[in-house]
Amino acid sequence: MAGRTLYDKIWESHTVGILPTGQTQLFIGLHLIHEITTAPAFDMLRENGMDVAFRDRTFATVDHIVPTDVRQRPFLDREAEELTQALEKNVEQFGVEFFGLDSMNQGIVHVIGPQLGLTQPGMTLACGDSHTSTHGAFGTLAFGIGTSQVRDVLATQTLAMDKLQVRRININGALGTGVYAKDVILYIIRRLGVAGGKGFAYEYGGEVIDRMSMEERMTVCNMSIEGGALVGYVNPDQTTFDYLSGRPHAPKGDAFERALKYWKSVASDSDAQYDDLVCYEAREIEPTVTWGINPGQSVGISERLPKPAEYADPDGAKKAYEHMGWQPGAPILGTPINVAFIGSCTNGRLADLRAAAKIAKGRKVNSAVRALVVPGSTEVKKLAEQEGLHEVFEAAGFQWRAAGCSMCLAMNPDKLNGREVSASSSNRNFIGRQGSPQGRTLLMSPAMVAAAALNGKVVDVREYE
Amino acid sequence: MSEIIKIVKIEGSAVPMRGNDIDTDRIIPARYLKEVSFARMGEYPFYDERFDAAGRKKDHPFNDPEYKGAAILFVNKNFGCGSSREHAPQALHRFGIKAIVGESFAAIFAGNCTMMGVPTVTVGASQIEQLMKSVEESPRTQYTVDLESKTISYGEKKIAIDLPETYRTALTAGSWDSTALLRANLEQVRKTAAKLPYMSAFSN
Repeated sequence: MAGRTLYDKIWESHTVGILPTGQTQLFIGLHLIHEITTAPAFDMLRENGMDVAFRDRTFATVDHIVPTDVRQRPFLDREAEELTQALEKNVEQFGVEFFGLDSMNQGIVHVIGPQLGLTQPGMTLACGDSHTSTHGAFGTLAFGIGTSQVRDVLATQTLAMDKLQVRRININGALGTGVYAKDVILYIIRRLGVAGGKGFAYEYGGEVIDRMSMEERMTVCNMSIEGGALVGYVNPDQTTFDYLSGRPHAPKGDAFERALKYWKSVASDSDAQYDDLVCYEAREIEPTVTWGINPGQSVGISERLPKPAEYADPDGAKKAYEHMGWQPGAPILGTPINVAFIGSCTNGRLADLRAAAKIAKGRKVNSAVRALVVPGSTEVKKLAEQEGLHEVFEAAGFQWRAAGCSMCLAMNPDKLNGREVSASSSNRNFIGRQGSPQGRTLLMSPAMVAAAALNGKVVDVREYE
Repeated sequence: MSEIIKIVKIEGSAVPMRGNDIDTDRIIPARYLKEVSFARMGEYPFYDERFDAAGRKKDHPFNDPEYKGAAILFVNKNFGCGSSREHAPQALHRFGIKAIVGESFAAIFAGNCTMMGVPTVTVGASQIEQLMKSVEESPRTQYTVDLESKTISYGEKKIAIDLPETYRTALTAGSWDSTALLRANLEQVRKTAAKLPYMSAFSN
């Protein structure tokens, strides 16, 4: 019998049964919830007299709407206050563990799950947020879901799902200096397209992924959904196990040894059969910057902006040029920016802040640039401060903020104004994404954002490394 | 979760929304996700494309009186990509959209729509062009999306549509609201959970 993938193995062990619709009822090992996509789900439970089926497998935090400057309650934004209160009421009524604003464990849901050791290999995980694929870095099958599905997981700890195919993506060779995990995933999405992953789970592998830290693997898996793949994962290995060891919710002692055995057993077999295989060479990947209005519209830093005709969808590219105001053929290098944002579930972890601080150290943010550093969690903030990173950033002229999603989606007061251009370490450059309908977003690695902040324009971070 | 509603035929006029990769941030800007319920979402679909900063209407299919009352939305490729926010299909549905016909849909969006009883069905590139042209030329054209015969028809014309068989079954059998189906197996759920070593924290 041919070998099986991690996806096949976890799917099988978590299958409860086949539903009359033909869908699989899949058990969900861990459910993470936050303030934005849950209130109607809890309302539906109440209306139907249902309880949370596995409350000890459910954890809640606040991240999307929290202000990152003044966190005093009640929030100045009345709606943000109401939504936070709704979650507080729901977790209390249903007995769900909650990492609120005053908790050291508060943070972006995809940063705290791994940080606490809640996210583990061989698990299924769901969260009402499309970047849930982040947790796939641990060899977890992690699904971003809608609110009706949140209700299903709360009520039954299961989801009705259709099985995906698996595409193996190998990144071979070694990344050059100044080329980061963010550049790898932007490159993959550029090559395979924003809808290329539809119907697939992405299994990332090859020498580059093997050598990556957990933080880097999380950055890659995080943006799977931007390539159209609902699920993205990396097979668990020693790097994974070392990361988990000693985390608050990770097994300890003998239990850790037993866990290791299970975790190793879920990795894809060496002779696993994949539905598709693509291979890329790391040397082809440069520091990468998006120029358009979806994460697939990007170029290497040394390239010029493509002609619309070079895209499969020239009308889409034309619409992007119309919104962004650039001309095809112009270099991306030197594009002026107004705002620099370092943070998000893509690039708001300690390793990301270190990479940015290395560039910022002893230098000054351009006087025309508003620059923000928003740690992905309260714990990341604490660890960064222990290393003195906040001093590096503040001395350079960056604002040092409290943890949250912040300007990735601008549901809190951190927003672009008018036509501002943002150099951003987040995951989406959609029209209006950062809070201004006319605003413009250039996605890039945290180090590239830091370099852009210093210069007031897009530069090649390799000049600093 | 309430009474069983079988979704087999959707009839009505249509509205075209041209362009590939229309993301859920465009369908509903994030600031409207701060509302505690979905109740008012019908006021907001494509808000920033339909209204300027002063709240004045802009040129947009969803503002066009010709398309008022449309029950069927025509779209191109990868519609609903990006954020998982169910507010996006809620906004479209509460605006009046009961079925979406397009070249392709993003995975989470299509799942969200199905769970609300809104079919997302696919046709080829030339067929969607034909449908969009037909509604642009005659906005009052009446269309019928039929999940049983897997067709969309208007006048004398009939075009084959496609959708995942599991979604089609769920919609036509009235089990698209999956909670009841899932809850029927809670005993089996507990048995499956008990076999997973992490559920007992690897204690044995």
